[in-house]
Amino acid sequence: MAKPTSDQFSRRAFFKGSGAAAAASAVGTLAQTAVAQQQPGVVSGWTTISLTVNGKTASVKVEPRTTLLDVLRYELNLTGAKPVSMDGSSGASTVLIDDRPAMASTTLALTAVGKKVTTVEALGGARGGARGGDGPDAVPRAFVEHDASQCGFCTPGFVVAVRAFLNRNPNATEDEIRAGLNGNICRCGTYANVLQAALAVVKGDSSG
Amino acid sequence: MAEATYSWPPRDKSEIIGKRVSRLDGMDKATGVAKYTYDVNLDNQLIVRALDCPHAHCRVKSVDASKAMQVDDVVHVHLIKPIPEEGLEIRAHGTLIAAVAAETEAAAAEGVAALEVSYEMLDVFVNDADLETAAKLKRTKPAGGGIQLDESLGEPGDDDDEQEWEDKIIQQLLDQAAHVVEGEYGVDAITHCCLEPHGATLRWNGDKLEVELSTQNVSRTDDGFAGALEITADDVDVHCDYVGGGFGSKFQPNYWGIAAAKISKKTGRPVKFMLTRDQELKIGGNRPSGFIKVRLGADSDGVVQVWDSHHWGTSGFNGSTVSVGTVPYVYVPKNYRRKATGIITDNEPSVAWRAPNHPQACALCQTAYDDLAAKMQADSLDIFLRNLANIDTAEKADLYAQQLRIGADLIGWREHWHLHGQGTRRGSVVEGLGLGIHKWGGTANSSSCQLKIHPDGGVESYCGTQDLGTGTRTVCAMVLAETFGLPIDAVKVNIGSSTFPFSGASGGSTTVGAVAESHRRAAQDAFVELAKGVAQKLNVAADSLEASAGRIGIPGGKSLSWKEACGLMGIRPLEVTSNYKRGDESLLSGSGVGGIQMARVAVDLDTGQVQLKKMVAVQDMGLVINRKTAESQIYGALIMAISYSLFEQRINDQKTGAFVNSELDHYRLPRLGDVGELVVHFHEPESERKRGVIGLGEPPVISGGAAISNAVCNATGVRVPVLPLTPKRVLDTLRTAKG
Repeated sequence: MAKPTSDQFSRRAFFKGSGAAAAASAVGTLAQTAVAQQQPGVVSGWTTISLTVNGKTASVKVEPRTTLLDVLRYELNLTGAKPVSMDGSSGASTVLIDDRPAMASTTLALTAVGKKVTTVEALGGARGGARGGDGPDAVPRAFVEHDASQCGFCTPGFVVAVRAFLNRNPNATEDEIRAGLNGNICRCGTYANVLQAALAVVKGDSSG
Repeated sequence: MAEATYSWPPRDKSEIIGKRVSRLDGMDKATGVAKYTYDVNLDNQLIVRALDCPHAHCRVKSVDASKAMQVDDVVHVHLIKPIPEEGLEIRAHGTLIAAVAAETEAAAAEGVAALEVSYEMLDVFVNDADLETAAKLKRTKPAGGGIQLDESLGEPGDDDDEQEWEDKIIQQLLDQAAHVVEGEYGVDAITHCCLEPHGATLRWNGDKLEVELSTQNVSRTDDGFAGALEITADDVDVHCDYVGGGFGSKFQPNYWGIAAAKISKKTGRPVKFMLTRDQELKIGGNRPSGFIKVRLGADSDGVVQVWDSHHWGTSGFNGSTVSVGTVPYVYVPKNYRRKATGIITDNEPSVAWRAPNHPQACALCQTAYDDLAAKMQADSLDIFLRNLANIDTAEKADLYAQQLRIGADLIGWREHWHLHGQGTRRGSVVEGLGLGIHKWGGTANSSSCQLKIHPDGGVESYCGTQDLGTGTRTVCAMVLAETFGLPIDAVKVNIGSSTFPFSGASGGSTTVGAVAESHRRAAQDAFVELAKGVAQKLNVAADSLEASAGRIGIPGGKSLSWKEACGLMGIRPLEVTSNYKRGDESLLSGSGVGGIQMARVAVDLDTGQVQLKKMVAVQDMGLVINRKTAESQIYGALIMAISYSLFEQRINDQKTGAFVNSELDHYRLPRLGDVGELVVHFHEPESERKRGVIGLGEPPVISGGAAISNAVCNATGVRVPVLPLTPKRVLDTLRTAKG
């Protein structure tokens, strides 16, 4: 079986027009950045890029093949997005890129340059420290109230997916939620609770 | 309430026990704060990935790592097992051969791809359903059996051939039966598919090994590391705050955990070694398949009087199958004969999967009971009720009957029931109802709890248990808070470290009982000590004191605040360690639960698609600690049952033995839109509550398979014999039935 992991991407060169949609957009984005390359349109080896994650700009070293997921988890210690399937079929690595849901596991870090990346950690709000922060988002609060986590490994990805879905469908019905949140896998079987949580957010009674 | 014995407060006096409490770590899980083994990054760590064998049965002749070592950022290559002169025999696709340690995930993966291995191919057999061929290939192993007959039938005489006599008696009983069913049924092998793959993040601190392990056995994996590494368990600390799924597969360090420790030793650097997704499915754990050929005979009322079965299946290359002791399942006629045969296939050996043996046994056996109802043109619910006359837990017959009636009301049995295959067809869709019943033990595991109560009123507990998703921390806190009359956030619960007092592995529905025992005991023991000081201060009898609403005192009379009471201890904290040993008589926990499940499905006769409309679980579980998380356990179990009934299966290529669907895009699991309406009913009359806490993790995953299979049979009028009921299988069965 094919193993669609980051190793499929050449570490040495990242060519324009290679056929990968991600590649084209990455290069286009890079052209607008300060990442200087000797050859126009080609990024080779290790390079330093600037990423905007949860409102902060971070400088990180990447290779062309480095996934956004690896950057988040290993460079920025944002481990909310999880490595469950490297082909995006589990939804566990769901983040928002320019407010749209994306799988960090199948997104090359280079393609996120110049974009706004939001991870589940941002939905936690200012917790655990000084009072007066804006507190957790309504979606994680509803997940807690409706017990939409068991082992919890899929939960951060699910939380982001629900947030993204409800942003676009703030008045979603039960049927729409059942039809629209099928990108995430939970092995413990929290779907009934996730459904209740999402409905609670729609109704605005997720205060927990 | 300074009791002399350990007990629970009665239902009407419980302030916290039995209530709906949100899990304490819910927000950490929902916002990415919770750190799993995979998430722990140690300074200067190496990432390890392994090469897994692409063949199901072969001999590894050589591994050439020279090119892998030339890959940039690759630091070390480790051979998992030495290769002997004649080669290293591999018996399962996915077996790890060599591991590459590198600076990044990508470099490790590139290193793995650069390893060069030569193999000698060996014969492959993976057809676990084909008993006849397995026997010809000498791929079978006896897996037990026996016969149980009513005394009135006598015994074979001295001159009788025992086998012939048994055959004759069984045949006579079948001949006398008013109704006979002969059927073949099956359940495919499935995997655990933990979303956090198996693995470890570890380092050596001098001679001491510090391990973050994704485990359901925090207290007892240190010895596994120690034994393999030739050190002693005191030199191994295992830590696990969160584990991303286990389901019975994460009790050991596993050989890759040992390899991680060796690589760390060799390189002098911390190491993270997690299985890849496809490796997790191939070798992280699987549940044995089961196939059965059965004949049963029933009297004119539909009560089964004789059962005769032979079942087989595979647990991989060690060649076992579903335990013969679980067949027939719950319903055990007075006369039965059973036999089991293991099939040796070139697959990874199976390990415990949530309620080992029971889900398969239930589906293999109770589908035959439903076929009896179909044959008699009777209501399946009536047949399942009547056969409660012969169950192996006779004392539970009334309880099951109550549960079946409650379930029938909840699913609308009377409203939706029709005889098998005689429902109204809407377009190409027909609906059906089905049911199953199950049992489980759930005895609490051994557990110890150390409790510290500080003079300023602070309370902290330490216990080497783990949270498998059960909500263990919350259960511990609820028990302590209830006992001390404190709010839940006034107690600080510490779990997840082998340096804490021992607590048993989370397997077999044993955890809530275990920690409820140890934490209630420690809290009651501590309360006795606290009460002495309070009694002296208030000049009352210590055994008249109760803790409630943040105070300790006489109900309705004199009292001290919790903080004042703790202040009486002086400057030293009160430390108490209390133990529960599995099997000890106790009012706090018990054993043995039952439950029933019912399913309503819609089947599209043109496409073979089965849609789960509604599922009902009625479950007894003794005393409920946390109603909210207990309910979630049952929801989750129903969904896992839907999963193995309709979707998931390990598919081996019959020629090469390859596990061909080991990525999540092909290993089909249910998603939110697949699960229909789920209804959970806790059956908790006082007779059950007074038995104390009984484990809940396994039981509700058991009878869903039988219920769904029976519902599909009720809808279509034909039995799709093997789970999962994929569209292809449904269509194939319908075509065969049409002739």
